[in-house]
Amino acid sequence: MTHHVLEMPITEQQARSLRLGDTVTIEKTLFGIRDATLIAMFDQGRTTRLNLKGHAVVHTAPNVKKVDPRPTNSSGYEPVCIGTTTSMRMERFTRPLMERDGVRLIIGKGGMGQGTLDALGDIGGAYLAVIGGAAALQTTWIEAIEDVDFDDLNPESLWKFRIKGFGPLLVTMDSHGGSTYAQINAEAAARRAAVLASIGSA
Amino acid sequence: MQLDIKEVEELSKTLYIRALKLLPRDIKQGFERLMAQETDATGRAVLGTMVENIQVAERTKNLLCQDTGIPIYNVTIGRNVDFDGVAMKEAIRRGCERATKEHPLRSSVVHPITRKNEQTSCGVGVPLINVDFDTRDETVEIEMIPKGSGSENGSFLQMLVPADGVSAVKRFVIDKVIECGGRVCPPTIVGVGIGGTSDLCMHLAKIAATRALGTTCKDAEGAKIEAQLSGAVNELGIGPQGLGGRSTSFRVHVEVAATHITMNPVAVNIQCHSARRASAIITPGGIAFE
Repeated sequence: MTHHVLEMPITEQQARSLRLGDTVTIEKTLFGIRDATLIAMFDQGRTTRLNLKGHAVVHTAPNVKKVDPRPTNSSGYEPVCIGTTTSMRMERFTRPLMERDGVRLIIGKGGMGQGTLDALGDIGGAYLAVIGGAAALQTTWIEAIEDVDFDDLNPESLWKFRIKGFGPLLVTMDSHGGSTYAQINAEAAARRAAVLASIGSA
Repeated sequence: MQLDIKEVEELSKTLYIRALKLLPRDIKQGFERLMAQETDATGRAVLGTMVENIQVAERTKNLLCQDTGIPIYNVTIGRNVDFDGVAMKEAIRRGCERATKEHPLRSSVVHPITRKNEQTSCGVGVPLINVDFDTRDETVEIEMIPKGSGSENGSFLQMLVPADGVSAVKRFVIDKVIECGGRVCPPTIVGVGIGGTSDLCMHLAKIAATRALGTTCKDAEGAKIEAQLSGAVNELGIGPQGLGGRSTSFRVHVEVAATHITMNPVAVNIQCHSARRASAIITPGGIAFE
C-alpha cells in the first residue's frame, strides 16, 4: 500500500503505477463531470474547449454561487458545496472519455463495472473512491472554480476546479484488473445462501 | 388555530436548508453504534470520514452532501386548525423555491422528458407534498426530507404472489441490498414495504426508509421481519460505501398494509447515510424545531 501525491495532469506510466489499496492525494487541477455533461459530449456531439488530457475527473454536480467575474475568479462562480455522485450511471462513457479526451483518473463513489475496468487496463487509468456524502469535507479541498464550459447545463456543466490536497482517495479499480467492488460483490454473493438460511428464506 | 400561510412559506424554506445541514440526532447516534461494532479497518476509516464530515458541515455551516435531493414535505394537521389547503401547498412550493434561490442551493430537479432544470428545485408534481391528519389539538407538523438520488435509485417493486410466501419477500430484500452494493451510499436505512397496492407498497417503503432510527414497525409481524433483516444485511460484508465491513445498514425498517387475497407485493426504497430530515411543529405558542 503506497500513498501517491499526484500533481495533475499525469502520464500513462503514473496512472499504471497505482495499485488496488493505494491511497492518492491529487493536486492543482480537477475537472467535474456528470450525466448531462457526458451525454452532451458523446451523444449530442458537443465539444469542449477545455483540455482533459492526462487529467482526473470527479463525478459531481456542485452547489455554486454566481459572482461577478474578477481576475482571481474568472469563472464567475464560487463553490458552495461540492461532493460526489454515484458513478455507475456513467459507466458507458468511461472508455470514450479516456480514448478521445485522454482522461486518466476517474474519481467517484460506489464503483463502476467491467467496461470501465477493461478501459482502465487497455488505456491506462484508475478509479479512485472518495467518500460519498462527505461533501462538506470535500469542499474544503477545493480552492476555486477556475473555469466552466457548457454553462447552460448548470449544475451539470463541465467544471474546472483548482484544488489543494484533494484526498486521501482510495484506489478501488486499477489498470491491472483489480476491482474492490468486484471482490466485495463476489464475497456478498458467496455469503448469500447462509444469510438467507439464517432468516428461514433459503 | 388559524394556520398562517406566510409562516408556512418561511418554515418550508428554513426546513429545507436546515435538513441539508444538520443531521438528526438519531442518525448521529446510529453512526456511534456502527463505529462501536465495526471491525473492518476500511469500514472504520470510512465511517470516521463520514463522522468528520458531519462535524465539518456544522462548523462551516455547509451542506452535508451536495445532493439537494427531491424535496418532500410531509404535513400533519391536527384538530381545530383552520387552513386553506390550496394556499398552504402553494406556500410550501414558494418556500422550497426561495431556499434554492436565496441560499443558493443546487436545483436537482428537471423535467423528466426534456431534462430542463428550472433552477427552483420545483417542477411538475415536485416538491412532493403529503398531507395527513392526526389527533393533536391546534398543531401542524411539517417534516422536510431532501431525498438523495443515489439511494432513491435503489428502489424496487415486485408483485410476488401468495405462493411465494414471506420467504420470497425476505429474499427480495437481501438480493436488492446485494445488487445495490456501494452505489446507494451505505450505511443505509433499507425501507421495506409489504402489502397494499403497488403504489401504496412503494410509499410504505419510503415511509420506512425515512423513519427515525430507534422506531419500530407498529405491526408485530412486520417488526419481526424488521429485526431479522436488520441482522442479516450486515452479514453480507458490503460495508460503508461498499468497500467492505459489517456496517452495510443502520437498520432495515418495515411498514405493512393489508393486501389482496391474490397479492404479495414487496417494495424496497433505500435511504443513504446522509439520512437528512428536519421538522417543526406550529402551535398557537409558536414554532418549535425538532
